[in-house]
Amino acid sequence: MRGRVFDLFKRKKESEEKIEQGLTKTRQGFFGQIASLFEMDEITDDLWDDLEALLIQADLGVETTLEVVERTRSRVYSERIKKIEAAEAVLKEELVRILRLVGSGAGEPPQLAKPLHVILVTGVNGVGKTTSIAKLASYYKELGYRVVLGAGDTFRAAGVEQLKIWGERVGVPVVSHQTGADPGAVTFDAVQAALAREADVLILDTAGRLHTKYNLMEELKKLRRVVQRLVPDGPQEVLLVMDATTGQNGLLQARHFTEAVQVTGVMLAKLDGTAKGGIVFAIARDLGLPVQYVGTGEKLGDLAEFDPEGFVDALFE
Amino acid sequence: MFDNLSDRLRLVFNKLSGKGKLTEEDVDIALREVRQALLEADVNYKVTKEFMARVRERAIGAEVLQSLTPAQQVIKIVNEELIHLLGDGEAKLQFANTPPTVIMMVGLQGSGKTTTTAKLALLLRKQGHRPLLVAADTYRPAAVDQLETLGKQLGIPVYSEGTKANPVDIAAHALKRAHEVAHTVVILDTAGRLHINEEMMGELSRMKERISPNEILLVADAMTGQDAVRAAGEFNQKLGLTGLILTKLDGDARGGAALSIRSVTGVPVKYVGVGEKADALETFHPDRLASRILGMGDMLTLIEKAQVEFDEKRAKEMEKKVRSATFNLEDFLEQLQQVKKMGPLDQILEMIPGLGSAMRAQKATVSDNELKRIEAIIRSMTPLERTSPDIIKGSRRRRIADGSGTSVQDVNMLLNQFKQMQNLMRKMSRGRIPKNIAGMMNPF
Ligand SMILES: Nc1nc2c(ncn2[C@@H]2O[C@H](COP(=O)(O)OP(=O)(O)OP(=O)(O)O)[C@@H](O)[C@H]2O)c(=O)[nH]1
Ligand SMILES: [Mg+2]
Repeated sequence: MRGRVFDLFKRKKESEEKIEQGLTKTRQGFFGQIASLFEMDEITDDLWDDLEALLIQADLGVETTLEVVERTRSRVYSERIKKIEAAEAVLKEELVRILRLVGSGAGEPPQLAKPLHVILVTGVNGVGKTTSIAKLASYYKELGYRVVLGAGDTFRAAGVEQLKIWGERVGVPVVSHQTGADPGAVTFDAVQAALAREADVLILDTAGRLHTKYNLMEELKKLRRVVQRLVPDGPQEVLLVMDATTGQNGLLQARHFTEAVQVTGVMLAKLDGTAKGGIVFAIARDLGLPVQYVGTGEKLGDLAEFDPEGFVDALFE
Repeated sequence: MFDNLSDRLRLVFNKLSGKGKLTEEDVDIALREVRQALLEADVNYKVTKEFMARVRERAIGAEVLQSLTPAQQVIKIVNEELIHLLGDGEAKLQFANTPPTVIMMVGLQGSGKTTTTAKLALLLRKQGHRPLLVAADTYRPAAVDQLETLGKQLGIPVYSEGTKANPVDIAAHALKRAHEVAHTVVILDTAGRLHINEEMMGELSRMKERISPNEILLVADAMTGQDAVRAAGEFNQKLGLTGLILTKLDGDARGGAALSIRSVTGVPVKYVGVGEKADALETFHPDRLASRILGMGDMLTLIEKAQVEFDEKRAKEMEKKVRSATFNLEDFLEQLQQVKKMGPLDQILEMIPGLGSAMRAQKATVSDNELKRIEAIIRSMTPLERTSPDIIKGSRRRRIADGSGTSVQDVNMLLNQFKQMQNLMRKMSRGRIPKNIAGMMNPF
């Protein structure tokens, strides 16, 4: 069964549709839109300004935007490109290149480790951690894996109950303590229980925390060490869940969480809204962190593998 | 990312100062820095554009061109315009003439509605109101449970009908209950939803029709990016918002979304959320958010906190000691206690302009744990040792280390650093104030 794990995105087609549905409310050609705006079919200086405006409004940030525009412009001039469509292709290439920088395996989750694959899920408050965990659990379960969840958010009122309800819906066991209990103790119990049950995957929920809170980040580091007491090479995945509506603060989030617990990938939730999630370009470029999954709704099936081309296309088509 | 706008502007104008009189073009170069600062703070692109046009109009006037300190003048103008746009002064809640006052909390998923609902109830109860909370989010798993738990913790009643009932009916029934039991305020927690979800937005419109709320407050995350205008615009168009609550401002997001939302909806920010605890809801101060958006720290909050926590008379005495360089370890211990009362150290340091990022850059770790260690070391000293640390030699160091559960190295480090600090104070007392505040604030 190992190695085939990532055929698991059999649902990819359907999911891709969802991303596009989610992303493109206006499906006019992006460059076409600008071109018609200025009634031009040739590349002029206005184009670069409009391009800048569009990328900034997609939350790419000033620095990344300027870099992308500059690279596109210099290629358009040095390659003597005259047609709008050709320039559009260059732009997309440049954008995809940033997302691909993080390695050819970008977007592909690692193979499941033996004896237990532990996924630690973290992020700031309210981004969609618990819901994403439910989606991941359902996804691994459908592939035939035995999944256990650990209710590590013992802080937020009803955080434990929320995960338990999801566990019931998915049909996977949830290891929990009471609200207010030590998250380290729950985590330890969850790892132990998953090992005892010979589960394949353990997904650990954590309380939402701002990356600026020293004590809470220390607590997160401790959770990682707790896992390692029983699974020395764990957690094999540390997923940072990020809300697609997040602006420039997203880069700081990614940086701090990565420094604390070596994040292995980003899960970009809430991509079914109108926000574009452009901060992931800066995250990929500056931190080399790949986006692994996207969340496209509140139901269990609203999860898709991240596909750089699709993501860029959906931004601009 | 940029650090401090005022430093950057000073740099720009310093470069320009060589060539004599300032021109409009010079100002434009400086304004580009301002524009970038706003965009990096997540102020919407179009909002930034309009804002910059207004700023430019003022900046190319005599105020800046003839000023000896053009950088400061630009900051002043930008700051004034920001405060103006964010709303001069405080915006209060509208209370009903005949109670109960009905408040609907709305917003996107995960913005912090449930927590904020509870916080607002607590705040209003402190002001003498009798709030009723209403669990009208029947969608998100355990949302009802969450509000009920918070209500129980705070001793504030919660009206709920579980998750099977219709939220609009729940709201209407809750209102009836409020009348019966003489609640003066009803606060409704609604489910998070996307502004483009017609069905879910329709539910809110119907709820509004049924219960005619006095306030419809949009709860928005301070970390929101460019899309804030779109989401807030739709909520406003469909519901007619009356105010905004900006949450999660205890992090390091600059909160430019508030400016975007304000300019697209025209509604004022009424409160800000500054922590996960139930009392972490504060009234909104436009001036503070303005300097935060510009990346100039949150000095006013810090000063206010310091004023609340420090006994003024003691503070004066301390200052005298520092000036006369007679400040000893005993005094230092006392100051540590004071600082601790202000809240977690990392949060305090974040509020000082430039310091938060400077420390992050140096990977400097002034943690609460370290404070505890320093405290333990000083506590293991005799009174004489605290006032005259010079007498602490070999065997005393060993004893102090053992007593405080630290190592001799830790003790040495503390003593060395304290000595440096004393030297610094001596210099200061002779009138030479060191430029590097970070170095002074971070002796350990
Ligand atoms: N539209 C949409 N909503 C989502 C998505 N993922 C999560 N949500 C919603 O976002 C809200 C917050 O989700 P949670 O999973 O509770 O977020 P969390 O990060 O666990 O929150 P805390 O534990 O409180 O920090 C819920 O209302 C979810 O239904 C998504 O992909 N799209
Ligand atoms: Mg959660």
